[in-house]
This record gives sequence, structure tokens and C-alpha cells, in this order.
Amino acid sequence: MARFEAVVAGVSSGGLEALKILLPALPAEFPAPLIVVYHQGPRRDNFIVEYLDTLTGMEVREAEEKEAVRPGVVYLAPPNYHLLVEEDRTLTLSTEKRVCFARPSIDVLFETAADAYGPGLVGLVLTGANHDGSSGLRRIKEKGGLALVQNPLTAEMGRMPQAALEAVEVDLILELEEAGPFLVGLFRDQAWAGRLSEKD
Amino acid sequence: MTQEHDPVRDVENIEVSLLLEAIHGKYGYDFRQYSRAHIKRRLRHRLLCSKMENMAAMMHRLLVDQEFFDTLLLDLSINVTEMFRDPWFYEAVRKEVVPLLRTYPFSRIWHAGCSSGEEVYSMAILLKEADLWDRIQIYATDLNEVVLKKAKEGIYPIEAIRGWTRNYQKSGGRESFADYYTAHYESAIIDLTLRNKVVFADHNLVTDQTFGEMHLIVCRNVLIYFSRQLQNRAIDLFKNSLVPGGFLCLGSKESLRFTNHEGEFEVVSDEAKIYRKKMNRTGIPGRASARKGPDGQV
Repeated sequence: MARFEAVVAGVSSGGLEALKILLPALPAEFPAPLIVVYHQGPRRDNFIVEYLDTLTGMEVREAEEKEAVRPGVVYLAPPNYHLLVEEDRTLTLSTEKRVCFARPSIDVLFETAADAYGPGLVGLVLTGANHDGSSGLRRIKEKGGLALVQNPLTAEMGRMPQAALEAVEVDLILELEEAGPFLVGLFRDQAWAGRLSEKD
Repeated sequence: MTQEHDPVRDVENIEVSLLLEAIHGKYGYDFRQYSRAHIKRRLRHRLLCSKMENMAAMMHRLLVDQEFFDTLLLDLSINVTEMFRDPWFYEAVRKEVVPLLRTYPFSRIWHAGCSSGEEVYSMAILLKEADLWDRIQIYATDLNEVVLKKAKEGIYPIEAIRGWTRNYQKSGGRESFADYYTAHYESAIIDLTLRNKVVFADHNLVTDQTFGEMHLIVCRNVLIYFSRQLQNRAIDLFKNSLVPGGFLCLGSKESLRFTNHEGEFEVVSDEAKIYRKKMNRTGIPGRASARKGPDGQV
């Protein structure tokens, strides 16, 4: 069985610009789900989701409660709700209190996804001005997953990736432009490896 | 190397299941079909604070220590809300629900899962402003008595007021929100006359039964923690507690879609998640349509 099954990403300040660079690099046939927490204030419309959907071959949608996670889809946490992944790979929303002043919180997504996917999870912390995501990324690492962080020196806001770097022994520090191609390559190589081992 | 990943055999998961059985067996609260990811987060939080070794130790503690269980119960319920949360919802209630409530001589409103009461008082304010004050009774229920007590007291942190005022105005409120509370040091105390129309009671959507002949039921951001099966139970309970043509309001990310009862309600506002129980086929409000017995008698 392929090792990696899902990707979770957290972005805060500067997030929209970052997603505008990350998402177009991912093709429609991207073989895993990408579950994203992007810190934004409570809002009523669905503009961000609709806008991001135009930028990538993957389907971008707002995560719905009880929805089963599918490959090739980008799930965005709705504003003012935490997004959790269940061990049966369905999604849960929650209104419990803010974590690190944030709802949705990156830590909540990362920690629950780490429980659900174990070593099959890739976690990515991008630009932001707080330290949300650090303890979540640590949990991903503890469960044997892959921990990726955007280079804080070149990130629009370096504090969040920097905090993650200090909290976790990350596997790779990436430029924002490299993140998408890296993920595509990771899953492509894994697919090839799978095919080769089938032939043995 | 990558470690074995098997959630079913995970020791912590097994402990969590046993702990939930223990709560149910000893205290009757049934969290077994709540979102497991959510429950686990809350339990881990308590574990960390209480400095116990593991979930098994916590299970033993809650079995022998009622006070500890009370703390845990507070952890497991969601007690975070705000006044006029999702202002567009209240705007839609003013527009779509109030005119129909006016057609009744008297309306009963049930707020299920009322938590610390912020949304109950919001509804009370809205109905007061709609001049329905003398014709309503609000029932506010929650499974947690500690939370209910808080709701009854109506005392909230003063920092919250600014956001709530903004929510109130966005919801179409035309009065001065400051008239509805008194600031006292770090606290805002809600106008106690708002409580005159509210009865607070203990009710558990998972284990308790129907509740009166309601004209409006509000249950927001409670069902998201339930399994599909529990959701169906709760909605069945709501349906049976509503008069024909009565309203059901859910949280903005909840819906009747994918539940067993979708066909028994019509959508009043998809965005505000307001539904209306369909009338009987005869169109006459009241009893379900009469059916003929085996002897041809009605």
C-alpha cells in the first residue's frame, strides 16, 4: 500500500496569496485530498472557495460535516468552525473555543488528521503571524508523518513557519513555489514505486 | 521506520471507548455516538490538566469521583457561543418566521442545546422587539446543569459585548444593544426581565423524549457532534415536538440533507438553515391525517 494518503496545510496572514501560488501547481488528478485551514474572520459568502476553485484543476470546496474525504479535492475549513478528521476519514466541524486565538485552528486539524492517517499524512505549515500549527505538526511527526514548513525567511509572514521549525524536527524546508511541485512529485514517485513492487 | 497504523487496535482508542461506556453505565450520559475526534480532543485536554497517566486511569477516577465527572461533563459539552451568532440567521428569523408567529395567539419556542444562554437571550430580544413578548414562552434546555445555571444567571465577560453589539446591529436590531445589559466591572449582566419568558430545563437529545407542541425549535451547532444515527433521532424528536407548519432552525453548517426526515420539512431559507414542518395532507393543522381501522371505522 502506498504510504502517503493525505495532505494537510495551514495558512494564516498572507494565506490567500500563498494559496494562489500553491494550488495552481496541483493537477486535477492529484491522488490525495488536500485539507486546508486558512485563518479568516467569520463571513457569510463562499467567495474564497469559489475563487480558489478557479485556480486549480483540483476541486475546491468548503468542508461539510460528515463528508467523506476524497482524493483530488481541496477541502477548506469554513470560517468560524474548527475542522476535524475522523478515523473513518470523514470530516467533523466544531464550534468549540478558539485555539491560539483561531477558529478554525490549524492545530485541531493537524492533530486529528495525524490520528486518522498516522504515517500516511503530510503536514505543511505556510505563512502566518502566530504560532498555530506547531503542536499539530509535532503530532504529525510523532505519528510518523512527513513535516514540511515554508521557509520563514522568504514567507510573507515568517512567524508561523518559524514557530513550527522551533517546535518540530521538520523533514523539509521549502520555498512556497516549490511546495506544489514537491507534493506532486512525492505522490508520483510513490505511485511508480507501487507499480514497480507489483511487478516483483 | 514507519510505525504500524491501525486505529482499531490503538490502545488509546480502546480506552476511550471503555471510558465512554463507563460514563454511560454510571451516569447515564451517552457520548458513545458523538464525533470521536472531538471527544478524544476534549478527553486529552482533561488528561493533560489532571496529570493522570492515561485514559484508563481517568476512567477509574470518574467512576469513583462525581466531582471529577462533573468537570469532565463540562469538557464534553460545547459551551462556546455568542449573542446573535451568524447575524443573517436572526435577520432571516425576523423576516421569515416572525410574521407567521404573529398568526398564532400564543407560541412556544424551544431552544435545544442552549449552552450558556447567549442565543436564547438573542431570540428573546428579537421576539420582544417584534412585539410578540406577551404571546410567547421560551423553553431553553441543555444536558448540562452547570451550563444551565450559567444560562440562568446571564452574566458574560464584558470583552464579548463589542462583538455582540456588532452582531446585533447586523441582524437588523434597531434598538440600542446597551439597553439589554448592565456593565459591572468585568461582567455584563443581561437584562433580567428577558428571563421572564424563559424556562430553563434539563433535557438530553440523545436519551430524552419529545417536548411539547412547539412552534419554533432552535438547535444550532449541536447536531454537528452527533453521528448520522443520533442526528436522525434528534430530528425525529424535533419533528414530533413541532406543530404542523412549525419551524426548525439549525446551525449554518448543518442541514436536513442526508437525514431520514428531509421530505417532511420544506426549506424556508437554505442559507439561514430554517425549515418548516409540512402540513398534513389535508392541510388542516393539528392531528396526523386519520386512517381507517380494519373494521372500516376511522
